[in-house]
Amino acid sequence: MASLKDVKTKITGVKKTAQITKAMNMVAASKLRGAQDKMESFRPYTAKFDDAMSNLSSGANTNAFPLMEEREVKAVELVVVTSDRGLCGSFNANIVKLVNKKIAAYEAEGKTVSLVCVGKKGHQLLKRTGKVRKSYLDTMGNFQMFNAREIATDLTQEFLTGNCDKIEVIYGEFKSVARQIPAASSFLPVQPVQAEQEVEQKISGDYIYEPSTEEIMDVLQPLYLNVVIYHTMLEVGACEHAARMTAMDNATTACKDIVTNLTVVYNKARQAAVTNELMDIVGGAEALK
Amino acid sequence: MGQQIRLEVVTPTGAKVNEDVDIVNAPGVGGDFGVLANHAPFLSTIKIGTLTYENGNKRESLMVSGGFCEVSNNKITFLVESAERGTEIDVERAMKAKERAEKRLSQAAQQTEGFNRKRAEVALQRALVRLKVAKKI
Repeated sequence: MASLKDVKTKITGVKKTAQITKAMNMVAASKLRGAQDKMESFRPYTAKFDDAMSNLSSGANTNAFPLMEEREVKAVELVVVTSDRGLCGSFNANIVKLVNKKIAAYEAEGKTVSLVCVGKKGHQLLKRTGKVRKSYLDTMGNFQMFNAREIATDLTQEFLTGNCDKIEVIYGEFKSVARQIPAASSFLPVQPVQAEQEVEQKISGDYIYEPSTEEIMDVLQPLYLNVVIYHTMLEVGACEHAARMTAMDNATTACKDIVTNLTVVYNKARQAAVTNELMDIVGGAEALK
Repeated sequence: MGQQIRLEVVTPTGAKVNEDVDIVNAPGVGGDFGVLANHAPFLSTIKIGTLTYENGNKRESLMVSGGFCEVSNNKITFLVESAERGTEIDVERAMKAKERAEKRLSQAAQQTEGFNRKRAEVALQRALVRLKVAKKI
């Protein structure tokens, strides 16, 4: 049986761990609020953008734009968006699992796969595959539109030069605070956005376009791609904090359980020690008689 | 006072401006244009430049970069990647960006890599407009 002192040190140690995990839980909670606010303020922007894109692309000939060109797919690039830091449960591992599944599926079809990692964790977990082309590390903590722009421009370049024929983004979708699921969405070629109703198209027909619709599309598409990347980064940011919150909450509960168990062990050891001492005293007194 | 038009400037970090104004002047790709109340439905792309609007005697300038604007139902909406008022612009950062872009441009002149050159040009333009708007306060 462990000695009294050992058990006591262990209890203090676990208690300290519980303090840390509790603090991390609270930090994650406040950061999550920030991330959710960011998502909230971004929503009107994306909504408007989708509107405009669907208005414009409904009448346009899709193959006229290099970014919309559907080619025979030989090479696929996967953009893996994960968090920079760990300690958030299985969040990053789940994303990587989906990535590995995708890689296996594409390679079974005889396509080559390359990876771009946004976020350190994805990079760490995937670099052994040897497929990582580029990584953006330490951006997830405090990213802005220009970070997203950098990534999107690079990906666009890659697509236009023909190094890959299809680009997909794999990220964590923020369903709720308690639920984040890995998701994949297509990035390039740009999918024509479907107008929700026919009525909307009629209104858009009356617009004066300056310059022509085609030229507007040429400018808007790259911007749209920035928006898509920025959006996924926002989602992953929110997911990360939500996942960490749950993970840290679980850790704190686990710590408390361990402390309860250890206290029982400690008390038992203490009682055994007291009994032993008593027996010694009684034995000594007996011997003196 | 005559009729007014509702101006909305939306950026990824939220709405920047939302008020009724007399006139809006914006940097369109095909040249600057002004929009008054009851303008016909209109859609144009916006390049990096200065967006000004007047409301009574008040005149405001914003630095805007890349996006588009839509006019419909007496409302003009700008969707831009960034919009900054003169007071919000970090002059020092803009100066540094300008120097960096200029340096890169002079390097790029020797090479023929068009892509990097274009990027530096855009960065330079952004920095210049920022400085211009910042000075106006």
